[in-house]
Amino acid sequence: MEKQHWPLWEIFIRSRQGLSHRHVGSLHAADAEMAIENARDVYTRRQEGVSIWAIPATEITASSPDEKDVLFDPADDKVYRHPTFYDLPDEVKNM
Amino acid sequence: MEMDLLQRFEAYVASEKKIEPKDWMPDAYRKTLIRQISQHAHSEIVGMLPEGNWISRAPSLKRKAILMAKVQDEAGHGLYLYSACETLGVQRDDTIADLHSGKAKYSSIFNYPTLTWADIGAVGWLVDGAAIMNQVPLCKCSYGPYARAMVRVCKEESFHQRQGFQIMMTLAQGTEEQKAMAQDALNRWWWPSIMMFGPPDDNSPNSAQSMAWNIKRFSNDELRQKFIDLTVPQAELIGLTIPDADLKWNEETGHYEHGPIDWDEFNRVIAGHGPCNKERLDARNKAWDDGAWVREAAGAHAEKRAARKAAANTAAA
Ligand SMILES: [Fe+2]
Ligand SMILES: [Fe+2]
Repeated sequence: MEKQHWPLWEIFIRSRQGLSHRHVGSLHAADAEMAIENARDVYTRRQEGVSIWAIPATEITASSPDEKDVLFDPADDKVYRHPTFYDLPDEVKNM
Repeated sequence: MEMDLLQRFEAYVASEKKIEPKDWMPDAYRKTLIRQISQHAHSEIVGMLPEGNWISRAPSLKRKAILMAKVQDEAGHGLYLYSACETLGVQRDDTIADLHSGKAKYSSIFNYPTLTWADIGAVGWLVDGAAIMNQVPLCKCSYGPYARAMVRVCKEESFHQRQGFQIMMTLAQGTEEQKAMAQDALNRWWWPSIMMFGPPDDNSPNSAQSMAWNIKRFSNDELRQKFIDLTVPQAELIGLTIPDADLKWNEETGHYEHGPIDWDEFNRVIAGHGPCNKERLDARNKAWDDGAWVREAAGAHAEKRAARKAAANTAAA
């Protein structure tokens, strides 16, 4: 069996106007046009989308799981960024 | 160090948290998932063959459109799963080559033939029904990409089972001949369907590890029992008889008891000696070989388009 190893494309779908594109999965295709056509058949058979993004998987830069602590821990002790941190008198109804 | 990681991993999955592709995982976990997800993908793809067999002979245009939509869904399921499998570091074409060479396994059920139109009903009702029973718990599996693919698959599966049951119901309410056809299909598909849950718990060596890793949530026998309890009343409702003389309701346990399962047959089919093993593999290989020119043409077209785009860019610069 001869092998193809066509590039991998990550597929993002906007389910309807007003929402952002969301990652749904990936597929192989020879080029961008074919990636869009295949994404239509694979990921939108039931009106799941109004717009498709296809991005070569090799073009995505991801943060590494090893850096998770370095990147995200600093937010842990900043509870004052949340509205619930502030105790206000009951008289203040909607704020 | 390695031990540390392993303990942390096991505690992590035990607490119902998800593993994502780049996270550390034990080799055995990765291998188990690659095997399970690729077998699952192959089953979706090979599963198209027995049903595809009836697309051109469906009894009405409506049934034909429905069957095509179902078969197309199965192709989609195969693709979601192949892409989930690839996140574990295997190449798609290698995975498919393993199917075509006979090295990889797929669900044994697809090595049985679809002899009459009623088989399409029985397959939807029983085979998709059993698949749903297996797949719903996988939506909560510890590996993120597999769990997400399963959510999508399960959403699409429910129409598969309903359309199959409706075919059986229609036949069962038809002429004597049609009813006999439905009963015959049930007779042939019942036992292979309940074998789809795999060997009995006392003979299922890998189950415990998969349970500990939250890949598997219920044992084979538990799922089989659930399926039987749900399906028997459905058969009664449409006036068909489950082909098991020992089947009886146990008032105390609240479950049906079933007769002995012929595991020799199961092992024979897995070992390659089912009625259609060879036919299925030949059909897959033929489809791949016959499609070679399409893949070549698509590749050449993509290259040409890229070259043209590059030339236009140079001209504009
Ligand atoms: Fe499926
Ligand atoms: Fe299905």
